[in-house]
Amino acid sequence: MQERAMAATEIARQAGEGARGVPLSGHVGFDSMPDQLVNKSVNHGFCFNILCVGETGLGKSTLMDTLFNTKFEGEPTQHNQPGVQLKSKTYELQESNVRLKLTVVNTVGFGDQINKEDSYKSIVEFIDAQFEAYLQEELKIKRTLHSYHDTRIHACLYFIAPTGHSLKSLDLVTMKKLDSKVNIIPIIAKSDAISKSELAKFKIKITSELVSNGVQIYQFPTDDETVAEINSTMNGHLPFAVVGSTEEVKIGNKMVRARQYPWGTVQVENENHCDFVKLREMLIRVNMEDLREQTHTRHYELYRRCKLEEMGFKDTDPDSKPFSLQETYEAKRNEFMGELQKKEEEMRQMFVQRVKEKEAELKEAEKELHEKFDRLKKLHQDEKKKLEDKKKALDDELNGFKQKKTAAELLQAQTLQAGSSATLKKDKERKN
Amino acid sequence: RSQKAVSIITSFYGNMADVGKTPVARNEKASSEFGYVGIDAILEQMRRKAMKQGFEFNIMVVGQSGLGKSTLTNTLFKSKVSRRSVMTTEEERIPKTIEIKSISHVIEEKGVRMKLTVIDTPGFGDQINNENCWQPIMKFINAQYEQYLQEEINIDRKKRISDSRVHCCIYFIPPTGHCLRPIDIEFMRHLSKVVNIVPVISKADTLTLEERDFFKQKIREDLRANEIDIYPQKEFDEDAEDRMINEKIRAMIPFAVVGSDQEYQVNGKRLLGRKTRWGTVEVENTTHCEFAYLRDLLIRTHMQNIKDITSSIYYEMYRVRRLNENNTKPNGQPAIHANGVPEHEVLSHEM
Repeated sequence: MQERAMAATEIARQAGEGARGVPLSGHVGFDSMPDQLVNKSVNHGFCFNILCVGETGLGKSTLMDTLFNTKFEGEPTQHNQPGVQLKSKTYELQESNVRLKLTVVNTVGFGDQINKEDSYKSIVEFIDAQFEAYLQEELKIKRTLHSYHDTRIHACLYFIAPTGHSLKSLDLVTMKKLDSKVNIIPIIAKSDAISKSELAKFKIKITSELVSNGVQIYQFPTDDETVAEINSTMNGHLPFAVVGSTEEVKIGNKMVRARQYPWGTVQVENENHCDFVKLREMLIRVNMEDLREQTHTRHYELYRRCKLEEMGFKDTDPDSKPFSLQETYEAKRNEFMGELQKKEEEMRQMFVQRVKEKEAELKEAEKELHEKFDRLKKLHQDEKKKLEDKKKALDDELNGFKQKKTAAELLQAQTLQAGSSATLKKDKERKN
Repeated sequence: RSQKAVSIITSFYGNMADVGKTPVARNEKASSEFGYVGIDAILEQMRRKAMKQGFEFNIMVVGQSGLGKSTLTNTLFKSKVSRRSVMTTEEERIPKTIEIKSISHVIEEKGVRMKLTVIDTPGFGDQINNENCWQPIMKFINAQYEQYLQEEINIDRKKRISDSRVHCCIYFIPPTGHCLRPIDIEFMRHLSKVVNIVPVISKADTLTLEERDFFKQKIREDLRANEIDIYPQKEFDEDAEDRMINEKIRAMIPFAVVGSDQEYQVNGKRLLGRKTRWGTVEVENTTHCEFAYLRDLLIRTHMQNIKDITSSIYYEMYRVRRLNENNTKPNGQPAIHANGVPEHEVLSHEM
């Protein structure tokens, strides 16, 4: 009996996963683990990134506003974009104690070009860029994965135009390129333009086209009994026919979000009118975590595998593993050093350049100053000369005046003397 | 749900009431509420995923023979999970060298499944010459980090890498009542750099309350003097709330514990305890010993935190060392292996 127990444990130890179960004789308390895990996530906050792909004017922004019950800012885009651009905006939402960092990425200009052959490329590049950023962080030596802002796209809402007939070739091509990179949820936009009977036919046509072209759209998971039923029902309702609206209309005694027409009102949250509630339920309330997990464990791993294999590394026997890792790190380190050196060079060049420029400027300034000084000096000299001339003139005048004065005085003295001598003469004559 | 978070933490302080799980109300009610988006449903989704996947916890017990390690482990997890409970009697001898033996069990409680691995270290501290006794243990811990790292750098990775990293190491201090011995300090000094260490005063029913308080104080002083950072480490406190809770814990550690897997009748109730001629020590009575605090810390409130510190701090530190190691080996300086053992020293104990 004991031997059997030993053997079982031995096997258990070796198997690892299949360790034997033992009964508990009392309450231990680790049933609080899910709570501890949830609390940690609540403190940390959550991230969710949605990519909206669809032609301009299909109501992507309005649908996002309606789904998350906020008004995300943004002007409706023009139709004359030269290529497809992806614009992403991040918002912080909070509901009860849950903080969500929501990023909404919009395809701007999708389907507007005359030649749409390359439309899907920028979308694929964008998705790959997010994977690459995460991979880079993961490969770093000193990394901070738990505080990394995850920008990988968790869900791609593909907006199908409500033509009522079939998928456009652009849609098929784009979805085919995206299905291995992201979870695709196709939705029929502005579905209030289609009648109920046409809608049913449209949905069937779309689904069959997707299947016959081998497009893998996201399936709501059915492995967990709690949600298997609702998820499998919803899988049958894809693609969801949605209507978005942020305007409220009074129906009965309640205000509901709706679109008002002369012939009636389409209520967004009325399940008979459109599938908006189903979309919200599936996307947010039931499968948000699964979407995040699929992105990480399937799409990201696929990208990582391809990227690393591209870089030339394989998982061979255990001996070579450290080498491939070392090589990767060697390569990365060299690359990094190279870049560092390049940057250093650049900075040095720039510095030298700046110094030269500054020197030139200073020289210029110096020259100007010299010139100014010379000018001023000359001016000063001129002034001085003028003044001297004036002085000389004045002096001359003064001298002249002095001379005249002396002459006048002399004359006066002479006249006086003459007078006095004349008087003397007169006196003398009288006397005689 | 945030209410429940608060109630779990307060249960640590003496209110040992079980925290029942309240099932979440389905969304039907909420959707009639205008303006409700349903973002908070992600909590329920996470919970579902966690229940489905189950949890892993790896706990190591270190201490001399006869300090009650196996009994305490059994008491903590209320089942026969220790090595001693599963081995045959012929093996009951003190080994000549330190051995590292790990045993895994799957336990379940209220739908939550946990794979518990208990790692025992028979032979630790039992030799005449205990020099470098910490080395084999350090080597083992680093080997687990290495294994995880290898899995992580694979090109083709498993969906869920099985986690064999040691999350927590309980170190048993004999109840001398004086202070830490050199072997205690040596061990904790080296190992606190690679793993969460939770020291406990074992067989605490040999100490009176005054002796216990004095002993604890001395131990805390010794730890401080030797710059040994035990769990919960001050530098890993995340915010003010964390710090407040952890300061209260730091004022009480090391916990003085008594283990037992035998039940006795006390005041009409069946309780786990140790019966002596002068009375029965009740294991879960906080006026008798601090077992309940230890259990609450390790299992009911801080288990996730312990795992997080292991994966995001100690493992990352190992990874950085390991990835840098082959590239920076300056001449003349001894290289340190990833297992923390200096290259030139000959290991006196081999596994």
